[in-house]
Amino acid sequence: MEAGQLAGKRNLILSERFANASDRFSRAPGWVKAGAGVLLLDLVLVLADRLPDSIGEWALLLVIFAATVAVITRLEDNPAVIAAAVLANIVAILVLYHGLHDVAQRGINGLSLGAIYALGAVGLTLVYGILRLVNFAHGDFLTFGAYMAYLVNVTWGLPLVYGVAFAIATTALLGIALEKVMWAPMRSRGAGMLQLLLMTIGLAFVIRYGIQFIWGTELRQLDVNRTDTVNFLDLRIGRTQLIVILVGFAALVGTGLMLRATLLGKRMRALSDDLNLAETSGIDTSRVIVYTWVFAAGLAGLAGVFAAALTQLQPELGFELLLPIFAAVVLGGIGNAFGALTAGIVLGVVIEWSTFVVAPGLKLAVGFLILIIVLIIRPQGIFGRARAV
Amino acid sequence: MSDPVQMFQVAVSFEAFSDLEFWTSVGVIAGIYVVFSTGLQMNVGFTGIQNFGQVGFMAIGAYTMAILTAEEGWNFWLSLPVAVAVAVGFGLIIGLPSLRLRADYFAIVTIAAAEAIRLIALNARDLTNGAQGIFGFDDSWDSISESIEEFIIDLGWTDVPAQFPLFLVTWGLAVLLMFVFSRIQSTPWGRVLRAVREDEDAARALGKNAFAYKLQSLALAATTGALAGFLLALSLKFVVPDEFQPLVTFIGYVVLLLGGLANYWGVAIGAIIMWTVLEGLRFLELPLSETKIAALRFIILGLVLIGLMAFRPQGAFGKREEMVLGE
Repeated sequence: MEAGQLAGKRNLILSERFANASDRFSRAPGWVKAGAGVLLLDLVLVLADRLPDSIGEWALLLVIFAATVAVITRLEDNPAVIAAAVLANIVAILVLYHGLHDVAQRGINGLSLGAIYALGAVGLTLVYGILRLVNFAHGDFLTFGAYMAYLVNVTWGLPLVYGVAFAIATTALLGIALEKVMWAPMRSRGAGMLQLLLMTIGLAFVIRYGIQFIWGTELRQLDVNRTDTVNFLDLRIGRTQLIVILVGFAALVGTGLMLRATLLGKRMRALSDDLNLAETSGIDTSRVIVYTWVFAAGLAGLAGVFAAALTQLQPELGFELLLPIFAAVVLGGIGNAFGALTAGIVLGVVIEWSTFVVAPGLKLAVGFLILIIVLIIRPQGIFGRARAV
Repeated sequence: MSDPVQMFQVAVSFEAFSDLEFWTSVGVIAGIYVVFSTGLQMNVGFTGIQNFGQVGFMAIGAYTMAILTAEEGWNFWLSLPVAVAVAVGFGLIIGLPSLRLRADYFAIVTIAAAEAIRLIALNARDLTNGAQGIFGFDDSWDSISESIEEFIIDLGWTDVPAQFPLFLVTWGLAVLLMFVFSRIQSTPWGRVLRAVREDEDAARALGKNAFAYKLQSLALAATTGALAGFLLALSLKFVVPDEFQPLVTFIGYVVLLLGGLANYWGVAIGAIIMWTVLEGLRFLELPLSETKIAALRFIILGLVLIGLMAFRPQGAFGKREEMVLGE
């Protein structure tokens, strides 16, 4: 007990010091903040990689640093522009160190990963924003879609296109069924967010281990072409990877257009803004919610097939993608579909680039680190508006 | 029953069901989850902070102990407090920036931090030996375990199960933690914790530094996480990254909710119920493969979690008036 109280006193002082320091820092002029942040980032990058080995490199590094600080100081108020400037800073240093070709090559690998993250994140953020449901089972929707495609593509031996369609349809149906059986009744009982969160964890267990029950834990593969590559501007792209990038981006553009241009999309965004207000203004919210699940689960199914086509199927396929997808949702600002979409793609590329400086096995840890840092600096996300956080 | 083979199977199954060796190891696991979840109970049940990274503290505790003892040649007993201190330090590093965030953000940050730790353990091969893990940190414990065993044999019980000494230590620690934490809860400090849970603004208005109290609660959870990590390492005799999946935290939550929120002794009830049911499932003569039975156990776990949250969000034995998940 006494130890606890003693520790208490020390922590009190520690946390006050922390608060004072962060207050002082937040009152500092813009260029100081920008300079400190960019300096820290560049130092980490340089130290993780290597020190510049010539005067020319030192000079270019300084130019990149100064340019980034200048841009950020000018455009202090726009977090998306700051994020872009920081990204440009990283790209510039990587190109300086590793050459344009290597950076572009890994960037392409990152694009296919980013497409998967973005497809997963758009649905997750819509559900999160509209229903206040932190869906830890979303990753397992991806797994579900992947195994549905496997059923059609390998077990029944039909072309993968049918598998994709079947995966999207069945995952969407799963989403609707769960809404009717679980989420709508729980909402009408006024369940709290954490109560629902724990339910999604239980649901994730049921889906993941249901799949393991049926298909076992062995690695399986979809019937896709894994060897052909396409050469483009001296860059090598796997054929399947190219298809994933193209179809993924088409689906993302389609989703974006749907949200921006159709009445349904407008209603979804209205619900995401304020569910009660949307209901008061005459929107049939339960109908829109069902459509939201169709989109969220359908896109998750598609993302799951893509992930399986690029790697292998196993019951934890989707769960392993869940945290980076959450990272994209938070970075994009919860409930903001366009934010999630952009953040997903950027995150995929940055995670892939991080293998320039860290071991490939650590690239996901880099993603989590970005998530934690952004949450600390800007909890409402890069594209989010300031709400209660 | 006329088929001799079938009769034989039933007999084997019954023998296994009364197998002391087996149930002792189940008891050790259940006890480890009690230790693990007392800290979760303090966070979730009494402070109202949803710590989803408890397994990260467990990993840090186990790895720090194993690295210091097996690779740096430290004394085992000296490595324990240092490992607890490292876990608490990590709790503070995570807590300082993220405890100011909304509950859902905090949940995501903690789970991401715990996963980052597991990935680092998997990849920092120089330090952690990667997926192969670390062995040979338990010589000091083995000699203690042997003397406990000899002591019991002297008392007249000759066929002591191999893990029985660890069982005693684990449950001794578990009971001690539950007792101490329950007592802490009725001190002024513990009452402020509940005040923070019920209404943070009101607690602050009374001049209490709510943030510091949350941070202390998290530090205590990190301590129990690290202790659970030592026990897990001793029971496995090795430390590998795979033992520290996010699943462990989720199981901790199931234990917590089965026992009920805001009740430390409930954690023991939850752990005993859960591990008896899960391991007892082995003895149902299901015509299924090992993988399918493993999957079935987790399906049941998931259904229990869904059912509890849908119909009894305060947990099986929790107090409705202390329910904290409603928000």
